[in-house]
Amino acid sequence: MLKIENLEVKLEEEDKEILKGVDLEVPAGAVHAIMGPNGSGKSTLSYVLSGRDGYEVTGGTATLEGKDLLGMEPEERAAAGLFLAFQYPVEIPGVGNMTFLRTALNAQKKARGEPEVSAGDFLKLVREKSKALEIEPDMLKRPVNVGFSGGEKKRNEILQMAILEPRMCILDETDSGLDVDAMRLVAEGVNALRDAGRAFLVITHYQRLLDHIRPDVVHIMANGRIVKSGGPELALEVEQNGYADILAEVA
Amino acid sequence: MALPQKRQDATEARIAALDTPGGGGWIRKARDEALARFRSMGLPERRDEYWRFTRPDELNAAAAPEAAILEAKETQVFGALDRLCIVFRDGVFDEAASDKLEGEGLEIERLADAARADIHWAKDLYGVLEARAQVPVVRPFAALNTAFAADGVVIRVTGRVTKPVHLRYLHEKTDSDAMLHVVVRLEEGAELTLLENGPAAARFNKCMEVDVADRAAFHHVRAQGRDHERRAVTHLFGRLGKESVFKSFTLTSNGRLTRNEVFLELTGDDAVAHVAGAAVGDGDFHHDDTVFIVHDALNCESRQVFKKVLRNGAVGVFQGKILVKRGAQKTDGYQISQALLLDEDAQFLAKPELEIYADDVACSHGSTSGAIDEDAMFYLRSRGVPESQATDLLVLAFLAEAIDEVEDATISEDIRSRLEGWLSRRRR
Ligand SMILES: Nc1ncnc2c1ncn2[C@@H]1O[C@H](COP(=O)(O)OP(=O)(O)OP(=O)(O)O)[C@@H](O)[C@H]1O
Ligand SMILES: [Mg+2]
Repeated sequence: MLKIENLEVKLEEEDKEILKGVDLEVPAGAVHAIMGPNGSGKSTLSYVLSGRDGYEVTGGTATLEGKDLLGMEPEERAAAGLFLAFQYPVEIPGVGNMTFLRTALNAQKKARGEPEVSAGDFLKLVREKSKALEIEPDMLKRPVNVGFSGGEKKRNEILQMAILEPRMCILDETDSGLDVDAMRLVAEGVNALRDAGRAFLVITHYQRLLDHIRPDVVHIMANGRIVKSGGPELALEVEQNGYADILAEVA
Repeated sequence: MALPQKRQDATEARIAALDTPGGGGWIRKARDEALARFRSMGLPERRDEYWRFTRPDELNAAAAPEAAILEAKETQVFGALDRLCIVFRDGVFDEAASDKLEGEGLEIERLADAARADIHWAKDLYGVLEARAQVPVVRPFAALNTAFAADGVVIRVTGRVTKPVHLRYLHEKTDSDAMLHVVVRLEEGAELTLLENGPAAARFNKCMEVDVADRAAFHHVRAQGRDHERRAVTHLFGRLGKESVFKSFTLTSNGRLTRNEVFLELTGDDAVAHVAGAAVGDGDFHHDDTVFIVHDALNCESRQVFKKVLRNGAVGVFQGKILVKRGAQKTDGYQISQALLLDEDAQFLAKPELEIYADDVACSHGSTSGAIDEDAMFYLRSRGVPESQATDLLVLAFLAEAIDEVEDATISEDIRSRLEGWLSRRRR
């Protein structure tokens, strides 16, 4: 599904290398997790994959189902099936959450040559998905993320994912800021979407989310590289011992 | 004090180029006084503080610069509403195209007809609110209008009128130089929604005087028309009685030059005045909102919300003042002016001012200008919304606070769809 080879990225504005040769492959149907110390480049990787400005790719490739991601506009990547749940979801005053969701869904459908969703069907879809995530109807009426609590913002990200049904989902610390119940809801939301044609890349600092969303593979990112990969037990090791041992071992 | 020779010559040349309208009696006197006012102030000049950001040259010129007619394809704004429509072509009343000037709770007359009467209620307002607004800052084009406007309407509202009155200004001659004067008197407890739209003329000078008696409510929504080369200078004067409401919203799209002046006096306690504007300009567009709100009573609220979206050399100007007079305690004054600059060629010039002579008031003002929020843009695009569509969404979101000032949902929807049309014609 997602294939990243030797990806090297620096900041556009300054000569600062952030990703120093990332190799990663997430096959369809799989859930991979990325853990790693603060500042190791996890969010940068997710931004570069989704096409945010400000970064310069100096080497390597990234493909989604064989298509070159790095040459596409952000909206084309979305239409191709990529989704990023932001570590810090953005507030957009003046744009209603419903308008936003519907505009996004129909824009993607249009780009893929699929028929747009009618207002009625859309309303039904949103009702169903938001209910599962226990998102109040009031939150849907408000402007995108404006005045949402940290946890509400994260749930709103998962709602967008549930509605857009992307094939490759990247979740950047969706668990941080969530209370225990919200964490369970979000995990259920993710698990409900798991299927053979979809893949997940879950960035997290905590083992707890991975109790709910069982990953197939756990990667450790440090200083702009994937330094170690293993099974779910790797996450437990991090939880118990921190990164020192792992980093010492690969140094 | 005599004007400098150059200014006096320009002023006399401007006067000489105009026809003196007919009508004797009460209106003759008002016009003569206005002409004397105009002569004493003279035409504005660039170095006048009040005209620092807007060149008055094209308004000063004796002959109106030409303006091409735009063939608008979409449906008429306000066209779907049940309304009383009054049509002016290049500043001349068109009886055949207008609805009958009558309605429950309404007395409407053409200005020329009112001018012929020996005694008329409009006498107490025509040029009166304009003259009051000449202090502390002069507004020469308003005095010029009072002196020379031959056409227009006078509207007296005695009840709660539900059907809006719509003044529709058509522009059909490329060299038309139009002046219209509108007088509105809302009697105690009366209500009226007044709509205006259209480019009006190659050059348009409009003056509107609105007297809102105690507990009356005046709603005003205008859509200033789209002809690219038109110039307009408009004045909206309002006097607000006790517990009265005055709400005015203006959408401006296109136009080489627009100067919209608003002067409101809150003279009765607990009055509420809102003025708002949304202006969108692309290219040869200069839009100036100059607002002056005088608080002269207790516990009044005023609110100014002005938003401008500018690109490709377009210029936006905002001069807004809140004057709280001695004794106008518990005043709640709010003012915000913001520009969204869609590229680096666009420019926004703002001069917000507060002048307060009472100690128990809450007044705030803010002015910002900036580009589209890049984080919001990326967020939208990352969800699959193409850049041009995301821009439109963010532009409409930016203007929302101003458009929300329009209370009637059908009318605000009309305004919004007109903006969407403007944006979609500019998709890149
Ligand atoms: N736009 C930027 N300007 C300056 N520095 C940046 C920028 N983007 C990223 N960096 C730097 O790149 C490094 C990686 O940042 P990134 O946000 O990818 O880390 P992370 O692994 O997601 O960390 P965390 O676990 O704290 O979320 C950090 O040192 C960060 O300061
Ligand atoms: Mg991060």
